[in-house]
Amino acid sequence: MDTMRDRFAPAVSRMLDEDPRVAVVVAEIGAAALDAVRARHPDRVINVGIREQLLIGTGAGLALTGMRPVVHTFASFLVERPFEQVKLDLGHQGVGAVLVSAAASFDWPAGGFTHMAPGDVALLDTLDGWTVHVPGHPDEADTLLRHAVRPGDITADDKVYVRLSVQANRTALPVDGERFLVVREGRCGVVLAVGPMLDAVLAATEGLDVTVLYATTVRPFDAAALRWSAEHATADVVLVEPYLAGTSTAAANDALADVPHRVLGLGVGRRELRRYGTVEEHVAAHGLDARSLRERIGAFLAGGRVPVAG
Amino acid sequence: MTITEERRQAYSYADLPGLMGRMTGDEKHGPAATSTLDVLWVLHDRVLRVAPERVDDPGRDRFLLSKGHGPMAYYAVLAAKGFVPAAWLPDFGSYDSPLGHHPDRTLVPGVEIGSGSLGHGLPIAVGTALGLRAQGLTGPAVWVLVGDAELDEGSNHEAIAFAGPAGLERLHTVVVDNSSATYARPGGIVARFEAAGWSTATVDGRDHEALHAAFTAPHPGRPHAVVARVEPKSD
Repeated sequence: MDTMRDRFAPAVSRMLDEDPRVAVVVAEIGAAALDAVRARHPDRVINVGIREQLLIGTGAGLALTGMRPVVHTFASFLVERPFEQVKLDLGHQGVGAVLVSAAASFDWPAGGFTHMAPGDVALLDTLDGWTVHVPGHPDEADTLLRHAVRPGDITADDKVYVRLSVQANRTALPVDGERFLVVREGRCGVVLAVGPMLDAVLAATEGLDVTVLYATTVRPFDAAALRWSAEHATADVVLVEPYLAGTSTAAANDALADVPHRVLGLGVGRRELRRYGTVEEHVAAHGLDARSLRERIGAFLAGGRVPVAG
Repeated sequence: MTITEERRQAYSYADLPGLMGRMTGDEKHGPAATSTLDVLWVLHDRVLRVAPERVDDPGRDRFLLSKGHGPMAYYAVLAAKGFVPAAWLPDFGSYDSPLGHHPDRTLVPGVEIGSGSLGHGLPIAVGTALGLRAQGLTGPAVWVLVGDAELDEGSNHEAIAFAGPAGLERLHTVVVDNSSATYARPGGIVARFEAAGWSTATVDGRDHEALHAAFTAPHPGRPHAVVARVEPKSD
């Protein structure tokens, strides 16, 4: 199977062909894949070199002239390194952009911690007005990229983050860029799987009487879907996120503020592992493989102590 | 007095000190405010194709005050040119005033960017120049005002190093140099722009004719930087 990142250049190329407002800005990473479309649209495919503050500032300047910028690099260099530019050049100026990241939490474990960004979504949570898409399959990435850019819609000016990863589920679901999907219904708890975590969550909860929700758009958080699920099952909620553990715990608590409930936030741990290796090894080290998830979800739903990952 | 009546008044350069005098409360930034006064006046009076009636015109020139510190001179010029009523000036910095100690583009007509955190204007101006070019708008000029100490911020150098080789001919930077950078070498500012392929000029930042000549000098195929030297910051 190809990766979500493989879909980025073809998807953005189609949108550049369709809509003269669309421009893409990169900082070397991913530039080669855009060579063909840059030949067609040299003024709207911009590589600023290895300059990430300029990357975001350029996107903001394009937006100030009425264009729809799509800005792309690895998550650590897109959200973390130029965070003040994200906060001020986009948010404070009151303009929008579509930020599309690759590499996610640990897509390249052999590259080490410098290329890992498990905190990207939590960082964006400190800012107002961001939509966050976390596709779980390359087909979903295609859908959500179009939903984010909205080619042809001259009113599109919102701030959207699309988080691409090599981690993916086996099959795509019909995601709509807004709502959570109910994948399985049960009575003894609710497990929310975000993006690429769905396959592991489905395997982990096999035979358990729990509702499984699937989220590919986590901001805004679909509070209505979680409330509905919690009303039809015990209000014991487990969040399984492919980035920093607990990132959506506050959103889940807010959704259930007037209902007695419990929430367990599972995801990538804060502690730096200082390990290389494979994605699978890092998934297991953070307790996000199906066997670890089953143990932790089972213990939580049984009211027991939840084993700590690693 | 209504905004319309206010705008009928014609202000001259000689009126700027009086307009600035209506603003109090940001004396800390006083030297920063007056250092920019002549540059701001010459740009708005003789160079920029901007007007209160065309703040949303895609074909207008863009002026980005990157050095958002000490904006009294900027607000005085905006008032003199009718972008904001002079009646706004006395409430400068208050909760209900649109005029803060750093400007906010969403609150003040004619202000192209909100600034205050240093080093954001030039990268945004690069994107603005690229966005205008991509839409075939080759007429509008993009101007950024930065301070000499503001150039300490590395983000500026990402923009300077990109804009020269990219040939952003419609991009202009004016550096108001009041010798406020702690670590500086003589000629260091202009050398960095030149090394990146910019056209440059260094002039007396109080001499209106010299400023005008530097601002309007041709610079085919290259972005243009003007270093406007003023008396050193005194404190």
